[in-house]
Amino acid sequence: MTDKQDNLVEARGLTFHFGSRVIFDGIDLDLQRGKITAIMGPSGTGKTTLLRLIGGQIKPTAGTIHVDGQNVPGLSRRELFELRKRMGMLFQSGALLTDLSVFDNVAFPLREHTGLPEMMVRDLVLMKLEAVGLRGAQRLMPSELSGGMARRVALARAIALDPMMIMYDEPFTGQDPISMGVLVKLISDLNEVLGLTSIMVSHDVAEASQIADYIYVLSQGIVVGQGTPDELRDSDSEWVRQFMEGTPDGPVPFHYPAGDYADELLSRGDRR
Amino acid sequence: MNSLQQLGHGALTAFQRLGRAHLFLFAILAGLPSLLLRLRLLIQQIFSVGVLSLVITVVAGLFVGMVLGLQGYNTLVDFGAEDSLGVMVALSLVRELGPVVAALLFAGRAGSALTAEIGLMKATEQLSGMEMMAVDPLKRVIAPRFLAGVLSLPLLAAIFSAVGVMGGYFVGVGLLGVDEGAFWSQMQSRVDFDEDIMNGVIKSIVFGVVVTWIAVFEGYDAVPTSAGVSRATTRTVVYASLAVLGLDFVLTALMFGEI
Repeated sequence: MTDKQDNLVEARGLTFHFGSRVIFDGIDLDLQRGKITAIMGPSGTGKTTLLRLIGGQIKPTAGTIHVDGQNVPGLSRRELFELRKRMGMLFQSGALLTDLSVFDNVAFPLREHTGLPEMMVRDLVLMKLEAVGLRGAQRLMPSELSGGMARRVALARAIALDPMMIMYDEPFTGQDPISMGVLVKLISDLNEVLGLTSIMVSHDVAEASQIADYIYVLSQGIVVGQGTPDELRDSDSEWVRQFMEGTPDGPVPFHYPAGDYADELLSRGDRR
Repeated sequence: MNSLQQLGHGALTAFQRLGRAHLFLFAILAGLPSLLLRLRLLIQQIFSVGVLSLVITVVAGLFVGMVLGLQGYNTLVDFGAEDSLGVMVALSLVRELGPVVAALLFAGRAGSALTAEIGLMKATEQLSGMEMMAVDPLKRVIAPRFLAGVLSLPLLAAIFSAVGVMGGYFVGVGLLGVDEGAFWSQMQSRVDFDEDIMNGVIKSIVFGVVVTWIAVFEGYDAVPTSAGVSRATTRTVVYASLAVLGLDFVLTALMFGEI
């Protein structure tokens, strides 16, 4: 690593095409170790795709992604799996295994990877569940959990192997204010207490800028703004301000590109 | 020109799928050895794939055997050959109906369930979640289900045949008055272990591989939406049934045919 600051994740010239659609067009990202970095942008800008690229689930069309010094697209399957043991990921849906109880879900990565005796697995699971406040829910099945609880269980599972980093995919979407507040507190507390590096993909500006140390704003495949939350709020880019303030019309138009309105209404409406 | 393009596109997509299905099968086979260390996973799946298909197999086998007894008796009695009813029932079941009907029922009962389960696991990001936890879903989810299906179907087919013979016995001997001694002794002397029973077992192993392979592949390859999973489930039942019937002809021609 040649950079002066200590980056856990570095992307250079990252380009990704999905069919003929360009999702990312040569973006550079530096995610500092020990910090919470938020990746923000309107829906459909491929924020989740970015997490999949970092996790090595898909390969970029061009460019490099270094995670802890290793270039993810160049890793063999075995090396990738070794790296993933040190990464946690929190999916939007939680992605809990529906046929296992809360306890067994959190125990899953421990049982798969560590070979620890069951007594120790039990203690670790209880510790992780206590950290997210759901030790009392250990016997429940995923179908009995609310959305916010499911996400907290998934978070306990993501930290089960004590990873070096956690990726959060839209952690606040569809949460009521209380569970939103719980998640905000959990993400920032865990980052601090466990010495994690967190990457958070989100479009919830208020919550994300509350805890993020650094924010990247993506749109149309490029980085349109970056900086600390305060810097972005005072950004001189009209676009970034529209996003941070959430005004309905501006550089991002309200209308999806379409032909002339009057013409379409008056035409016979033949659909090719 | 447009329809020609569509035809070409359709053919290419079909061949791509076929290629993916084969790569998928090789990946599963490569994952089988590690299952030996995780017998619990296999046993769980044998329960949900095999044991839970028992009731439908036994009931269907009983009725098929009873129908065979009735129909066989009506034909044989015209020639005064009703003592051969046992042979006829046993051979029909062991050679053909046992493996084939059990496989069709298996495709409908267990195959569709496997596809729907795996498809939904994909749709709810459970498979991707496992990958991100450095757990290979092919080894953890797919391989045990595949092996469970391959092991279960031959057993189910054997049970189907056995229950079917009992059904033929109840109708033939119990209701229609065929001689009990003749029913069993002719069956014993005319049904050959290698020629008849083993060929039936080979058929059911082949069907087990094909049906389970189609089921797990369709689930894994499903479009991860509710419509996609429902289409995949339908495809499993349709493709698996057609594959069973088509392969049955090929296998029968090879085993018993004079072609």
